[in-house]
Amino acid sequence: MDRGFPSLRSEAAGAVRTMLASAESLQLTLKPELSQEEQALTHTNGKPKETHKAGNEDLKEMLESNKESLKLEAMKRVVGLISKGKNASELFPAVVKNVASKNIELKKLVYVYLVRYAEEQQDLALLSISTFQRALKDPNQFIRASALRVLSSIRVPIIVPIMMLAIKEAATDLSPYVRKTSAHAIQKLYSLDPDQKEQLIEVIEKLLKDKSTLVAGSVVVAFEEVCPDRIDLIHKNYRKLCNLLVDVEEWGQVVIISMLTRYARTQFTSPWKEDAVFDENNEKTFYDSDSEEKKGPTEAKPYMMDPDHRLLLRNTKPLLQSRNTAVVMSVAQLYWHLAPKHEVSVVTKSLVRLLRSHREVQYIVLQNIATMSIQRKGMFEPYMKSFYVRSTDPTHIKTLKLEILTNLANEANISTILREFQTYVKSQDKAFAAATIQAIGRCATNISEVTDTCLNGLVLLLSNRDETVVAESVVVIKKLLQTQPTQHSEIIKHMAKLFDNITVPMARASILWLMGEYCDRVPKIAPDVLRKMAKIFTTEEDIVKLQTVNLAAKLYLTNSKQTKLLTQYILNLGKYDQNYDIRDRTRFIRQLIVPSEKSGALNKYARRILLAPKPAPVLESAFKDRDRFQLGTLSHSLNVKASGYQELSDWPAVAPDPSVRNVEVIEPVKEWAPSLGKAKQPKSDAKFYSDDEEKEEEGSERSTSSEDDSSSSSSSNSDSGSEEESSEESEKTSSGSGGSSSGSEKSSSDAESEQRQKKKTKKRTRKPAASDSDSDENGNADQASSSATESSSESESDSGSDSPAPQKKAEANTQPKMAVKSKKEVSLLDLDDFSPVVTNAPKPSVISSSLLSDLEGLSLSNVSSAVQVTSPSFGPVKTYELLHHMTGKGLAAKYHFPRQPCLYQPSMVSVQVILTNNSDHALEEIHIGERSPASLNVHCFNTIERLEPGASVTVSMGVDFSDSTQAANFQLCTKEDQFGVSIQPAVGELLMPFTMTEADFSREQRNLQGMNETSATVTMATANTPRQAISKQVLSVANVGAVSSSQDNMLRFSGRTVSSKALLLVSLDLKDSSAVLLTINTEKTVMASMLLRDLTRALAQA
Amino acid sequence: MIDSLFLINHSGDIFLEKHWKSVISRSVCDYFFEAKEKAVDPENVAPVLQTPHHYLISIYRDKIFFLSAIQTEVPPLFVIEFLHRVGDTFLDYFGECSETVIKDNVVIVYELLEEMLDNGFPLATESNVLKEMIKPPNILRSVVNTLTGGSNVGNTLPTGQLSNVPWRRAGVKYTNNEAYFDVIEEIDAILDKSGTTVFAEIQGVIEACVRLTGMPDLTLSFMNPRLLDDVSFHPCVRFKRWESERVLSFIPPDGNFTLMSYQVSSQNLVAIPVYVKQNISFLEAGSCGRLDITIGPKQTMGKTVEGLMVTVHMPKAVLTVNLTATQGTHTYDLATKVLVWDIGKLNPQKLPNLRGSLSMQPGAPKPEENPSLNIDLKIQQLAISGLKVSRLDMYGEKYKPFKGVKYLTKAGKFQVRT
Repeated sequence: MDRGFPSLRSEAAGAVRTMLASAESLQLTLKPELSQEEQALTHTNGKPKETHKAGNEDLKEMLESNKESLKLEAMKRVVGLISKGKNASELFPAVVKNVASKNIELKKLVYVYLVRYAEEQQDLALLSISTFQRALKDPNQFIRASALRVLSSIRVPIIVPIMMLAIKEAATDLSPYVRKTSAHAIQKLYSLDPDQKEQLIEVIEKLLKDKSTLVAGSVVVAFEEVCPDRIDLIHKNYRKLCNLLVDVEEWGQVVIISMLTRYARTQFTSPWKEDAVFDENNEKTFYDSDSEEKKGPTEAKPYMMDPDHRLLLRNTKPLLQSRNTAVVMSVAQLYWHLAPKHEVSVVTKSLVRLLRSHREVQYIVLQNIATMSIQRKGMFEPYMKSFYVRSTDPTHIKTLKLEILTNLANEANISTILREFQTYVKSQDKAFAAATIQAIGRCATNISEVTDTCLNGLVLLLSNRDETVVAESVVVIKKLLQTQPTQHSEIIKHMAKLFDNITVPMARASILWLMGEYCDRVPKIAPDVLRKMAKIFTTEEDIVKLQTVNLAAKLYLTNSKQTKLLTQYILNLGKYDQNYDIRDRTRFIRQLIVPSEKSGALNKYARRILLAPKPAPVLESAFKDRDRFQLGTLSHSLNVKASGYQELSDWPAVAPDPSVRNVEVIEPVKEWAPSLGKAKQPKSDAKFYSDDEEKEEEGSERSTSSEDDSSSSSSSNSDSGSEEESSEESEKTSSGSGGSSSGSEKSSSDAESEQRQKKKTKKRTRKPAASDSDSDENGNADQASSSATESSSESESDSGSDSPAPQKKAEANTQPKMAVKSKKEVSLLDLDDFSPVVTNAPKPSVISSSLLSDLEGLSLSNVSSAVQVTSPSFGPVKTYELLHHMTGKGLAAKYHFPRQPCLYQPSMVSVQVILTNNSDHALEEIHIGERSPASLNVHCFNTIERLEPGASVTVSMGVDFSDSTQAANFQLCTKEDQFGVSIQPAVGELLMPFTMTEADFSREQRNLQGMNETSATVTMATANTPRQAISKQVLSVANVGAVSSSQDNMLRFSGRTVSSKALLLVSLDLKDSSAVLLTINTEKTVMASMLLRDLTRALAQA
Repeated sequence: MIDSLFLINHSGDIFLEKHWKSVISRSVCDYFFEAKEKAVDPENVAPVLQTPHHYLISIYRDKIFFLSAIQTEVPPLFVIEFLHRVGDTFLDYFGECSETVIKDNVVIVYELLEEMLDNGFPLATESNVLKEMIKPPNILRSVVNTLTGGSNVGNTLPTGQLSNVPWRRAGVKYTNNEAYFDVIEEIDAILDKSGTTVFAEIQGVIEACVRLTGMPDLTLSFMNPRLLDDVSFHPCVRFKRWESERVLSFIPPDGNFTLMSYQVSSQNLVAIPVYVKQNISFLEAGSCGRLDITIGPKQTMGKTVEGLMVTVHMPKAVLTVNLTATQGTHTYDLATKVLVWDIGKLNPQKLPNLRGSLSMQPGAPKPEENPSLNIDLKIQQLAISGLKVSRLDMYGEKYKPFKGVKYLTKAGKFQVRT
């Protein structure tokens, strides 16, 4: 019957195929009926096949048919075979042909097959490679990703170079999903060919810089696998990883946290030891006033936590609320290994919560708690009852709970615990009951108050009916007696009586040992026990025999009269025992105790050897030494070093340079002090609590420039070193102060939802966001501010700070542009640059929203760091015409002042020129020609080789105006033509903001009086103009920085001239509702008067 | 990370294997079988085992062992959590997680496993994302697929994976928009012989069933959020809002999910809804024992206790029982020695009672310990901690959804020692 099937089947299939062919050629839609028939056939024929050969033949035929559904059916059965672990490798050629199928399910199943068998059939597998290479170029990101996934999973060494190429390409893909896949592929390639390590590390380095949360987890996995020792790759990404952590998917969080734990242990100093010293000293000073002098030399400088260390602790804490138990555990271990001692306890509650989870989770968590509870009882003591054992718990959970309860026992709670133990001893689970007895023994030794109680309880257990319980009690009693043998001869006698009833070897051995050790306390009983033993010596277990020999020897020494013959008898029995240990022991004992000619010397010391006082055993937890492993690891769980385990290093004595973690900044900026960003920071009330103290600490430590510490936190850190500090702080505010720009789930998802809303209402895909940002740039600040406040929770923090939100927004638009120009590798983001990219992307609706949100977080975080470094200049940029396209024969040029410090020379003003080709032919070789005056110092942009019609390009140049408003004239040349152009700077553009405190300001102002002071009263167009509006006007005219002011009616700004660095101070006295007294103090009187004119005009219009 | 997965049934047959890296021979499972032999009870098998070349991490659920083979250091919880997530996904797709169902749907199972891990690292574990890639089977679709030759692999590629709300798919549409929340609380307690509470705590979860069109943004607030001591959330919940305002603000996943789980602060005294009067004794001489159990209401807040059930794991020596119950039915399983008394509704006027004799194996010693009683019960429309939802608001969408909150109290691990 079975044999009949294939032929029948193939006949039927053949018939179906011809029918199908004719039907298809006739373009008839008979398809459903046909396939139904086919299904019926395949079902009836295919199912009962258990004989492989026939089945596989049959499958091959189906795979080679040209009917999709047949192929699919065949592949499903093949997958069935694979899943059962049956060999289906002979089908390889038939299967691999279908790799380019259009049917997605079929394709996926072929992938499954290919990955499983490619290693065995390498040559044939190569046939499929070209398909994947094609798919790697597919416009659909998911197809690119899955192609890379399969390609990298085919473990064929020949294609290593292809894989390498594919990975490198995918690592720079626009889609974060593809980049994530490439991170996975790195590990696969590495395991296939470890020689590629160096190249792979380069890719990892690139991917580590990725700002997408999707990529972060996967690339860290790759890092851990390929180059876990290259800790230097992490430095620059450390803060980013900390900030992104909340938004990374849960599995990624686990690996990132454990990697950061390791990282932190190498980079920060220990918060533990110094901490204690610190506290102690505090106390001392509190109680005892003259310890002041003493303190000086002894105390090292007080421990101060690195802000980055704090950042890590702070950003991981919310993850304790994760539903993923692995995440909670990894945060717990991070706190255990990194947090100051008093902060570790925040994890307790969450760990106890995990005990409600699955049995396996409980097992691991209890193991970790057991290790923790040895060192830190206090952490878990309040939750003691959560570790009470239920009769339904599996045994390994029960013993772990018991372990923890024992660790937690102290004088206060021991009675509760012992009562609980009493219940456990009666448990039907005898292994557990035995473990309980051991636990009682440990409690008895650890807490001397209850030793007697425990001992009595254990003695009662000796009359228990259960063998194992009694045996365990004996063993534990033996250990307890050893600690205080003096008063317990009664117990020893009692045990001797029990001896006949006990059959467990360990217990019998223990009793014998006790007899021997304390034979002087039971002088009558011991020889009797020995007599009994002599009778049954041969039938005993080895361990009992050994102890019998011991007992005999000890009795021989103390009581040789009664036991001499017995001992000799036992030694003779031992001499011919089957076990060599016993024979050895017997021989040794005989030489030791029985005096003979040969062994004279040793014999003298026999008594001292055998009856030496022995140290009492210490009853210790089995988890005592587990803390050598990082908590939560496999190694910790097994108590064995697992392969690939990374040791957690000890804290360094001196922290390595923390500045390595600073994100790159542009070099010339360094000497240029941050102004507004720094100044506004102290004002924000939405500060995170710890920032305060840290900053103050830092401030006081570093207060090098400011004389008055009263406002030390806001003091101008105008020295060059301050830049690093401020960028640190900016990051802190961006993450900490409620806004948590890039990090928090909330803000990002808010942004997301809002975006979707917009999408809905406006029926545009990417437009809303783009138009928003455009309008910002045009100076439509109101709209920007409204959108900013509603857009996300960021507004919470912004509203706290004095500077208006739109300003920040505007900066977001102006500043990154600059940064992109200056440093290409730093993938700072320019929204303008970004938009064309998006329109190119294949699936704009999906990608744009997600990418944009990824990038949104990114741009914010960048801005916050950039604010500190570069100028917080006011956004709306006036653009001036440089060359009209009519005069320029199609070439148009506009320029504006980006108000950035010039990269080329500090004395230059940076100018950005936008060149547009309005002609109908490409323009070539655009460059700068002659200039006048000849002395004019201009840093030209590089020659633009070619500008296509309609295209435009932005270039930046630097011009040294020497603090004069004299126009810079030069020639703008193309290949054919030259156009004379000139840049006429407004006086306000010749300035740079300069940070100072209010006190400094007044002092400087006093120095610049008389001739150096220019003032005027301005009447404003509208009464009661808000302060913000006024300062906006001032900032729009002049590139100066606001100085924090304690007086309500004063506005102060400070700046320096770009070339000569002369100080320029602007102060506005708001006298009444509409009049303002404007004062400018500077040595450059000409500039002052010009600026005064400009400002007056601007304010009058306001 | 995770190299291979083996699914093993109760009797020790490997019925499915999947490898994400190089193939690991299934003989590696022999070490596991050895441990399983030793442990007797499947629940007693240690979750982490070491073999010469591999590490085995396993979970046991629904009578199936999920055994993963691992070659290098990895946090064990990471693997355990993932394996449970696999089990949950099967449950979600097929309605149950059993050997037959997995064997019947082996292709879908394989496709799922393929998507869930890449090179041993979890790729997509969010059920919404998976469902977009691989459609769950249902009868209608399988009929249609047979007719049209269609497939159950989605042509549309998942959008969720790339968005900021990976748990929700785009373009959800319903004609009836509804959001239901079940507040379910469990009482974990240990009572001692005299009825005093040794240990009691309340744990709760909020299960949600949300079928709403579009991208709704929900806010759920409580009358008394201070009750909640320790909480853990579905990733959709905005933690910052919870910290600052004690409200749950979230964009929900589509369908059923666990919104949060919580623990009620330990200062609050836990109300124990029933009391148990019991007397179990084994006579020293004769080979028999007596059993007498009565259950009555204690603190039920005026609600009826339903689904009352008592389970007793008798000592091995008990051969048969001869009991009569005034209410409900009782059964005694001779093989597992488990006595189950299914009472049903608790009538405060006429308290249920079970009494009678136990016959013991002749000659066996008197059992050391009396068996403890495990109580199961349900109280509808009551959250025993007193937690109350005050309101649910929806933003972001125009329509008005149906909303509902249900409360339920259950016994968790409720044990009476005797």
